Amino acid sequence: MLLTISTTATPATDLGFLLHKHPDRVQEFGQSFGTATVFYPEADESRCTAALLLDVDPIALVRSRGKNSPDFSLSQYVNDRPYAASSLLAVALGDVFRTARAGRCVARPELPGRAMPLEIRLPALPCRGGPSLAERLFTPLGWAVEAEAVPLDEGFPEWGDSRYVRLTLRGDVRLADALNHLYVLLPVLDDGKHYWVAPDEVDKLVRAGEGWLYGHPERGLIMRRYLGRRWSLARTALARLAELGDETEEQLEPAVAEEPEAGETAADELAATEAASEAEPGTEAEPAAEGEPGAEDPKPKSLNTRRREAVLATLEELGVTTVIDLGCGQGELVGALLSRPRFARVAGMDVSPMALTIAARKLRLERMPDSKRARLSLFQGALTYTDKRLTGYDAAVLMEVVEHVDPPRLAALEHVVFGHARPQHVLVTTPNVEYNPRYEFLTGLRHSDHRFEWTRAEFTAWATGVAERNGYQVAFRPVGDDDPEVGPPTQMGVFTR
Amino acid sequence: MISVPELSLVVLVGVSGSGKSTFAARHFKPTQVISSDFCRGLVADDENDQAATPAAFELLHHIVGVRLSRGLFTVVDATNVQYAARRGLLDLAKSHDVLADAIVLDTPEEVAIERNASRPDRDFGPGVVIRQRKDLRRSLAKISRDGFRRVHVLRGLEEIESARLTYEKAWSDKTELSGPFDIVGDIHGCRAELETLLEGLGWVVERVAGRAVGARHPEGRTAVFVGDLVDRGPDTPGVLRLVMGMVAAGTAICVAGNHEVKLVRALNGRKVTVAHGLRESLDQLAAEPPEFVEAARTFMDGLLSHYRLDEGKLVVAHAGLKEAYHGRASGRVRSFALYGDTTGETDEYGLPVRYPWAEEYRGRAMVVYGHTPTVRAEWVNNTICLDTGCVFGGTMTALRYPERELFSVPAQKVWYESVKPLGGPAREPGMLDIGDVQGTRHVETRFGMRVKVREENAAAALEVMSRFAVDPRWLVYLPPTMAPPETSSLEGFLEHPHEAFEEFAAAGVSEVVCEEKHMGSRAVAVLARTPEVARERFGVSDGSAGVVFTRTGRPFFGDMTPLVDKLREACEPLWPALGSDWVALDCELLPWSAKAGELIRAQYASVGAAARAALPEAVSVLEAAAGRGLDVGETLTRARRRSSNAALFRDAYARYCWPVDGLDGVRVAPFQILACEGKALALQPHAWHLETLAELSSPLITHTRHVFVTLGSASSRAAAVDWWTSLTSAGGEGMVVKPATYVGGRVQPGVKVRGREYLRIIYGPDYTESLDVLRRRFLGKKRSLALREYALGLEALSRLADGEAGWRVHEPVFAVLALESEPVDPRL
Repeated sequence: MLLTISTTATPATDLGFLLHKHPDRVQEFGQSFGTATVFYPEADESRCTAALLLDVDPIALVRSRGKNSPDFSLSQYVNDRPYAASSLLAVALGDVFRTARAGRCVARPELPGRAMPLEIRLPALPCRGGPSLAERLFTPLGWAVEAEAVPLDEGFPEWGDSRYVRLTLRGDVRLADALNHLYVLLPVLDDGKHYWVAPDEVDKLVRAGEGWLYGHPERGLIMRRYLGRRWSLARTALARLAELGDETEEQLEPAVAEEPEAGETAADELAATEAASEAEPGTEAEPAAEGEPGAEDPKPKSLNTRRREAVLATLEELGVTTVIDLGCGQGELVGALLSRPRFARVAGMDVSPMALTIAARKLRLERMPDSKRARLSLFQGALTYTDKRLTGYDAAVLMEVVEHVDPPRLAALEHVVFGHARPQHVLVTTPNVEYNPRYEFLTGLRHSDHRFEWTRAEFTAWATGVAERNGYQVAFRPVGDDDPEVGPPTQMGVFTR
Repeated sequence: MISVPELSLVVLVGVSGSGKSTFAARHFKPTQVISSDFCRGLVADDENDQAATPAAFELLHHIVGVRLSRGLFTVVDATNVQYAARRGLLDLAKSHDVLADAIVLDTPEEVAIERNASRPDRDFGPGVVIRQRKDLRRSLAKISRDGFRRVHVLRGLEEIESARLTYEKAWSDKTELSGPFDIVGDIHGCRAELETLLEGLGWVVERVAGRAVGARHPEGRTAVFVGDLVDRGPDTPGVLRLVMGMVAAGTAICVAGNHEVKLVRALNGRKVTVAHGLRESLDQLAAEPPEFVEAARTFMDGLLSHYRLDEGKLVVAHAGLKEAYHGRASGRVRSFALYGDTTGETDEYGLPVRYPWAEEYRGRAMVVYGHTPTVRAEWVNNTICLDTGCVFGGTMTALRYPERELFSVPAQKVWYESVKPLGGPAREPGMLDIGDVQGTRHVETRFGMRVKVREENAAAALEVMSRFAVDPRWLVYLPPTMAPPETSSLEGFLEHPHEAFEEFAAAGVSEVVCEEKHMGSRAVAVLARTPEVARERFGVSDGSAGVVFTRTGRPFFGDMTPLVDKLREACEPLWPALGSDWVALDCELLPWSAKAGELIRAQYASVGAAARAALPEAVSVLEAAAGRGLDVGETLTRARRRSSNAALFRDAYARYCWPVDGLDGVRVAPFQILACEGKALALQPHAWHLETLAELSSPLITHTRHVFVTLGSASSRAAAVDWWTSLTSAGGEGMVVKPATYVGGRVQPGVKVRGREYLRIIYGPDYTESLDVLRRRFLGKKRSLALREYALGLEALSRLADGEAGWRVHEPVFAVLALESEPVDPRL
């Protein structure tokens, strides 16, 4: 909540003209979430410093978001907004220094065009990605960056560093540019999901990036972080339950995106999809044209794609026409099934309402033609509860699902799928843990929500037992390159009764 | 006199103007009568728009269908003069397994025409009536063959005018009988065992010439036989003689079994395959006098397939009955009751494969049945099969109702070889169905509350429950939320004991207990004395002997075994004290950082770090500005104050953090015993809980400090306030104030009075700066939620103690989690 801007230009007091704030006055500007104060701790010919002090009132902050704010968790009240140089500081800065940011100065029209020696200090900058990210974002813009991590708690050195950085920027930069850099990059570094920026603010921020954002080497990350967290609106209920169980929301995050291809999170993927759908209206949500001649992208297919293809090929080979995807996540397989008319009835079930919301958007449910929509059902369910809606399909697919179930609950899953729903065929895919050493940077399991990963022998033992107990035959198939030593990255069991 | 079944579809038949609506209005409630004119109005805004007729009937059928599925008596007011129209309604009644009666109003043609002419909204000429009349005449000739139970024809105005209506109870309706009952499982000619069983239950068997001909219970109990009295065993005539005598004397009722049905067919001279022990019955009966055989045949032929007893709380049918069929009458209801829900397949022994309807049963009525021999009678979702295979050398079993006690006697010998081994329990004990939890639901509690769970809350709970919670068989309770007292107006305080005492005194409570609030993570421990007990009582057979879980049902620590084992060891004194092999405890697990480490670092420590990095710098630039003579006085003072608040905030959370290594450093503070075998102990006075738990001594256990307060005594109150002040000024979280004994009703089961420094963690470091604003907090929703969750928690424990099915315990537990996802001010 504190920002200081100093210059050693001569005369340094020109800073007052540029900022449109007189160095000898203390000025207050009301914000919906508190008060911004501008004053000058030093102001002489050789050095002049302007300070923007933002006094955030957490109660006003909550109220400013209206009583319909869905964000009903404790972190709404106890948070770093009153102290950290967050998106709120960016909003206040945008407001208080509006004219300076636009590069206008009626009294001294020649000043805004000039670069000047500047020093900007932010004592507590929330920075997801640490000091190095701050360097990566500011250095290309002509700043010398001094970033130092703030320790979390001196009393508990084992806790390590906090997500705050003490940041000093020095450089010869036009003041308007400097302000716009901060205006855009503070929220990017902050990336706080509870304090999303309203959609119109996003547009304003992107406009502020004119002239420098396009050429920025980290443009992708900057854009993604803006768009990325907007869907946090929907997950209040989960956030409340997380706090109740003394956990952070991330610990309950839906396990929707594994081995993500482009971005870092499911949100990034969503943002990318949204961007894509805006770019090419009317295109079907079809997985990247498989094996189509002239496909431009020479990248090797991801494991996700290959797994999906293997499942689709197996389903086609089995000649099934009705399929239920148990644990459908964001609906990639469901979409692929729907695009093949031979699958007359397709269902997707997931335990996460969030995943289903994303799936509905990705599949463009609202715009889907009636005939196609009639073939699809999407619903919430859990594999540990018997469920009539799971019955009556030729095949059920459990693609990368069993490893998200606690081992003591596998018997319930077995009963629900193989004992109660009892489709003709069940396809189960799961990671082959023997393959993990082939992933260079992998430590531990492949996803934080995995409760276990099986060796080929373990999977075979489980699958054979399930088949025997429930009157199925099971055959095993590799998915992905079958490594002679450690086997394929994914293993698949095809159950038939 | 027209007599119609209490639950039935009554179809009025008559031409337009025959007076059907007037007749219906005179005899039935307006809501019971669905008229085609009304439906036409709904779908066309015009009761006479004939183009809307198909849509109107579609709606009529829908409404009638919904009413019948809910078991409501329904009358259809439409002309119904054509066979096709009546057929549709008969099919509808049949699909809901209710009987249908027709009442024909045969009004003279000229009267109908005249009535229509006098009504301005009926603008059709006499032709319509004449045509309908022709249809009716044609119908009357053969309407008795339509499929109505009875057709009541009222000829002429006088008969219509003077008709009176009565209702017949369904044959199966014996809801007025409340027992107590002794319900006896399959007998199959095992007369000797039956006599032993009855005598063991306290019956006095009456004998004539050494043969049992009847029985009475000195306490006036009624025997209920679930059928299959005959076949296979050594003395079918003897069993029939005894049961027929009891039924005739009114000391017993009996439903038909499939073996009686087949024996009657054989006695009637029908061609049947003589198998499954029918030969024995026929041979034994051949030795009896023909009058007896005829009496037995009549008796068996007259047996109904099911009864509803005790206000509908008990249903008896030979092979069981799903809820949709209770009290209904149709061929398939009878078939279900006699043979069960067969899948049409046969197993490797050539016996029909039975669909496990009981596993899906969710009804409130207890269903008692036989038919499928099992080793042991076991409850499955409030249903129980009493056939324990006496004739195959097993036992003969009876259920005492309402006591829910089982009583059995062993077979004297194997009377008949079973083709297949007796089955085990039918249902995977812990299996839950999505229907138990999903969608908007109402959970009935016995604590004066019916709790609504909204669909969106259930959805959030389903995700958390199924992804993270422990095995639901262990998850027998989740703690309810607790509200603070009314906000204090005392300078510097948001919460103070005074308001808590006032609140309970106003509710008429004379004594409360103040229990120290341990600042850790809430933990529920369910502990079994041995893994065998866990298997026997909870059906968990993975060798575990307990769990410790969080407020959201998540296990504490990756491997719970060390903690569970240490707790079981510490709880040794409880087994003899409670007379139970297992116990559920409500606890706090310390330190807070053991479970909440991630949350503390991400949320609380981060706030502290940002504050301590930013505020000193703000103070120093403000001081520099002040040094230049700028007027920043106010702002500077505030920044200094906030800087010291930030330090206090840091101290507040740090107090509840200490490093743990494995279980070293972990403490568990049990403060209430929730339940043990047969007892929902949460209802016991708090003094009992605290005394019993004080007996536990282990380095792992921390005791809960407490004081009892007599609300009428100022000094007693003052002492408790002093105690709270000393607890909280030393950094304690505060205390919980509860009525010393269970109160119920709208009185809070407890309120939490939190300390001034602790509240910085909740309201933010600077909350003391804006107490006036914060005092405007609204407690209503939180307090209502606390009451609802408390009722649900007690309900779960009561169901557990009563040995109810897993899904019945799961239902209120799940509801607590769902309610916890409701948006309420999280600072309360």
